[in-house]
Amino acid sequence: MLITNTVVDDKSIEKYLRQDRLPHIWCPGCGIGPVMSCFLRAIDRAGLDADSICVVSGIGCSGRVAGYVKLDSFHTTHGRPIPFASGLKLANPKLNVTVFSGDGDLVAIGGNHLIHAARRNLDMTVICVNNFNYGMTGGQVGPTAPFDARTTTTPYGNFESPFNLPYLLAASGASYVARWTVLHLRQLEKAIAEALLKPGFSFIEAIGPCPVVYGRMNKEPEGLDSLRYYQEKSVIRNGADPKDAGIELNGPI
Amino acid sequence: MTDNQALVGEFFINGDVACAEGAISAGCRFFAGYPITPATEVAERMSLRLPQVDGTYIQMEDEIASICAVLGASWAGVKAMTSTSGPGFSLMTENIGLGVMLETPCVVVDIQRAGPSTGLPTLVGQQDMMQARWGSHGSYEIIALSPSSPQHMFDLTIEAFNLSEKYRVPVLIMSDEVVGHMSEKVVIPYVDPDSLVERRRPSVSPNEYLPYQASDNLVPPMAIAGEGYHFHVTGLTHDERGYPVMTADAQDKLIRRLVDKIRLNKNDIIKYREFQLEDADIVVCAYGITTRIAQFAVELARNDGIRAGLLQLITIWPFAEDRIKELSQQAKSFIVPEINAGQIVFEVERCAADRAKTVLVPCMGGSVHSPENILTAIREAVC
Repeated sequence: MLITNTVVDDKSIEKYLRQDRLPHIWCPGCGIGPVMSCFLRAIDRAGLDADSICVVSGIGCSGRVAGYVKLDSFHTTHGRPIPFASGLKLANPKLNVTVFSGDGDLVAIGGNHLIHAARRNLDMTVICVNNFNYGMTGGQVGPTAPFDARTTTTPYGNFESPFNLPYLLAASGASYVARWTVLHLRQLEKAIAEALLKPGFSFIEAIGPCPVVYGRMNKEPEGLDSLRYYQEKSVIRNGADPKDAGIELNGPI
Repeated sequence: MTDNQALVGEFFINGDVACAEGAISAGCRFFAGYPITPATEVAERMSLRLPQVDGTYIQMEDEIASICAVLGASWAGVKAMTSTSGPGFSLMTENIGLGVMLETPCVVVDIQRAGPSTGLPTLVGQQDMMQARWGSHGSYEIIALSPSSPQHMFDLTIEAFNLSEKYRVPVLIMSDEVVGHMSEKVVIPYVDPDSLVERRRPSVSPNEYLPYQASDNLVPPMAIAGEGYHFHVTGLTHDERGYPVMTADAQDKLIRRLVDKIRLNKNDIIKYREFQLEDADIVVCAYGITTRIAQFAVELARNDGIRAGLLQLITIWPFAEDRIKELSQQAKSFIVPEINAGQIVFEVERCAADRAKTVLVPCMGGSVHSPENILTAIREAVC
């Protein structure tokens, strides 16, 4: 496939960015920024009033999203954005509440909150940027790291099995579950817009490269090639059985 | 009771229920909790009462989730509370720190049982008093109150909400199993909503609003979610805009203000009750359920001609150090009965310095003191 080197001058999301906080902290090639952009475009696509939107993040690279969006935004503690967001939503049901965080924050330390919020079918959207490791602390194994993946704390390869997030969330009671990679920008934006409008608990897994730590340790291609690598590994299947969505090292996404 | 109103009248209820009713009267309309003995009755009462007053009750998956939901609800503009006991209080401490850092009004009730660990779930303790002060990591100040009866539970729960709204800080109600489970007459007055303290809201437009620009009393006005302020708050060290700033200077400025907003307003916050202290040279310093036994011991000592008196600490944190320093000029000894192996006694000893002797009367938990325990200590202090 062809990837253009043209930089898209996208003004539509500027109004939702705290431009006085830029540049952001994310590494070159990181997948979090594109997911954030998709979310911001999805606000307009869904036709939501920005005043009603709350973004709640936990701790980690993806947890920094709350700090860059010019919306009511909360940067909370590690693993706890979902219960904080639950309080916001329950106390004022008119709010549109989105939790934006990473796989370590949402699935490891915050895993219990994740499945219970899905079980309650609380009306919120959870966007999980899955980069298979703890990026901010330098690349340790996470709960979604594929079997045999190399990280700084699995120097001999990961000997645990990862969570299959769509399967976990569907089983827990989520109303809407989707997975896209960060190179599927339009699809991801559309999915987030759908999730924002869908009543009940919506969960979107955005697979993004972490080229500086996880990618390097697992010999993934660099730069745009890493994005291409993730895209080429992708198999698009709408209405797939989530139990078939497990991810293996170098396997299909 | 009529719809959408607090109860009014005289009731025979326990301290946990009185606490819940105090919260309703104070305007609390959100409760998130998790079952734990001996605090469960607070949650049960709130699950019954909140739907009657258009409030929201939710049982979360654990105590960590409970305190986080309470913080979120407060940022949605609703007065919020949770209740727990020692093990759950331990789980809440990290996010009580988040409440301090984000300056989030809320009330946390700890019906203390004896520990450590699972300890004596159904029996009394006063063993989380220092945890209340220092439990979360980092440097901070907090407000903690200690009720000594079901009526006091009602009264202090209203006070706790008022203080938390005024100073934008989590306020801890450090009660205990006996006060929580004891049933007594509780008089619930009509509480005029206008008499309640509400957090100060921004008076400027969203464009001019800085979330942590402090006013004269060091407490910034608080925007709430959904009103167009598009504010950002973070548990990271931050500046007046709420933006993270990773420098020693930003840390110094922020932490000094967070500490000073409590320390410099301590005379407004601190409450205590005195009994026969005018001529006392033995001062029994007690709090919570222990106060009631201590007062009886003081009366017995007076019958013996001993000039004993009682200082009941109602506000535990910030500590009533000025009054204890004053009393140490007149008193020979401070007697400190506590249902622990010594916690508040160290604060009393610090304030008394070398001017007066400080004696701990410990009780390791599971029961309250007997009056004789305290009376013996008073008699020994005379000799």
